[in-house]
Amino acid sequence: MTADRAPDLECRALTKRFDTMTAVRSVDFSVPAGSFFSILGPSGCGKTTIMRMIAGFLEPTSGDILIKGRSMLGVPPNRRPVNMVFQHLALFPMMNVAENIGYGLRRQGVAKAEITRRTGEVLERIQLPDIGTRKVSELSGGQRQRVAIARCMVLEPDVLLLDEPLGALDLKLREKMKIELKALQAEFDTTFVYITHDQGEALVMSDSVAVMNAGAFEQVGAARDLYYNPATAFVAGFVGEANRWTGRVTAARGSEAEVRTDAGLTLHARGTGLSQGDKVEIFVRPEAITLAHSVHAVEGDANQIAVQVTALLFNGANSRVLVRDPVSGAEIDVALPQSAAFADLDKGAQVHVGWGRDQSLCFAGTRA
Amino acid sequence: MTRRLGFFLLLAPLVLWLGLLIIIPHIDMALVSLRARTGPGEYAPSLQNYGDFFTQPLYLMTFARTAIMSVLATLITLIIGFPISYYIAKIARGRSQASLFLLCLIPFWVSELVRTFGWIILLRETGVISNMLQWAGLADQPVEMLYNDAAMMLGLVYTSMLFMVVPLTTTLESLDDAVIEAGYDLGGNGFSVLREIVIPHAMPGIVSGCIVVFMLSLGNYLTPTMLGGKDSLWFTQLIYSQFIVRFNWELGAAFGFCLLGASSLIVWGMLRLSGQTLERTMGEGA
Repeated sequence: MTADRAPDLECRALTKRFDTMTAVRSVDFSVPAGSFFSILGPSGCGKTTIMRMIAGFLEPTSGDILIKGRSMLGVPPNRRPVNMVFQHLALFPMMNVAENIGYGLRRQGVAKAEITRRTGEVLERIQLPDIGTRKVSELSGGQRQRVAIARCMVLEPDVLLLDEPLGALDLKLREKMKIELKALQAEFDTTFVYITHDQGEALVMSDSVAVMNAGAFEQVGAARDLYYNPATAFVAGFVGEANRWTGRVTAARGSEAEVRTDAGLTLHARGTGLSQGDKVEIFVRPEAITLAHSVHAVEGDANQIAVQVTALLFNGANSRVLVRDPVSGAEIDVALPQSAAFADLDKGAQVHVGWGRDQSLCFAGTRA
Repeated sequence: MTRRLGFFLLLAPLVLWLGLLIIIPHIDMALVSLRARTGPGEYAPSLQNYGDFFTQPLYLMTFARTAIMSVLATLITLIIGFPISYYIAKIARGRSQASLFLLCLIPFWVSELVRTFGWIILLRETGVISNMLQWAGLADQPVEMLYNDAAMMLGLVYTSMLFMVVPLTTTLESLDDAVIEAGYDLGGNGFSVLREIVIPHAMPGIVSGCIVVFMLSLGNYLTPTMLGGKDSLWFTQLIYSQFIVRFNWELGAAFGFCLLGASSLIVWGMLRLSGQTLERTMGEGA
């Protein structure tokens, strides 16, 4: 019937109010089977509340949660076909690895021999076949991570929830686990719902990302969409790095606008539905700005400014140059090209920066 | 040199306390228990006192009764104390958590004697509960609830409740809420989460609470004397009567060592049975 085609997870007008504040405000989304869905947002935006409602630890104030087309309202956590990987993993310290993984199967009343077989199988799949008898405290961070996922996956849930499970790991391991998580998701072919405040994690792993702010979804889309076509000022500021200015529209023509920032910089931007005098926010990504020694290199750009280098922030491939417009005093953050031309760039040097009209994202200001 | 001196000065109170109050008296007691009086002021080394203990049914029965009743009191304290501790550690939040803990503590600001008198006022024939029952028409004559084993058990459990609640609350607090949630998330119900997750985690606290409560009950003198009846003879009362009433220090000392041996044995048994070590339970618990 329709249940076969129903998405693995669907939330309809999901709302959660605590005494006086609304943590989640009428959120709608659906996650197709076998995909990796992330909810990205700053801490306190309500993403953990959504996750706890899906897991069953909180009841929604209104709205509905459907898993494979079946409403989960009133179903206790231990009867939902969802499992959760907790922020600090919450492995059972009183049990060894095999007992941890077998816990859920024991609860289902699976026979002992079958538990041993399935535990062994899932340990193979996470490529840790010989750690069944080890204690949880003897495992490394990455191994614990995989055991926590295995403990859920052995139950073959319809949806696996992951609550910032990489937060506790150090940077190197986190990078490695990102790739590994994605591989595990493909291996188990299960729907993953992942929440995080780290955009790197969300963008790299997800098929689809929802950006959340103050209890509501700002935009849902593929990582590329969020990055290149942010729907709101919040998304533009939160996903990726950006120079942000506030200002007023001095001239508007169709989707083109000329804006004078509060600092006195005049910019040409893209933005629909704007009219003269509107307060706006402008976002320009540091990597979208061309840095050049001569003015000819940026001749074709709608925005071109002669600037002075005020600081060099060297960080390997992510190095930045801070430049200042001598006329308005505005500071601009520019990505340092990894070419020999700028290897000897120094503080105080006179350079030119430029970027196209399409690279200035302009939003009617709400906070300006 | 001065560092050495400082170390010894710091160590001195402990050494004095252990030496003067524990080790020397015990050595003396051991010597006293191993002699028998042969005439006025004359003593000879002998095992007669221990022989008496093992051959006199009254002594052995009282001894066994005291041990069994103490184990029972410990179990009852555990069964009542566990839900209380769980509530304080995991369900209550913020101020109510602190005030509940304080409520458990407050009765212990009053001396044990006064607390036991409190029970006498409640339970005696002309006491509060008896009068209430008569007033409510549930009894047509005064009811005597004192001087039996139940009253004594009540007193023992009440006296030792705090010593169970404190280590239990401490260990339960150290259990991450997410671990309990994970237990439910993976399909567990209340009972299986309690059995497989909460109790194994709380085991050091349970054992250390049980050891303390058991020792306190076994060595309690006041409660059995005040609340227990004629049939509720407690082993400590036997020791008291040998020392004070009958001036038979030799037998009293032997009884003391039998009690020490028995309590050590039972505690060792408890640790073996629960797979815990003394370091772990005492380090994590109280």
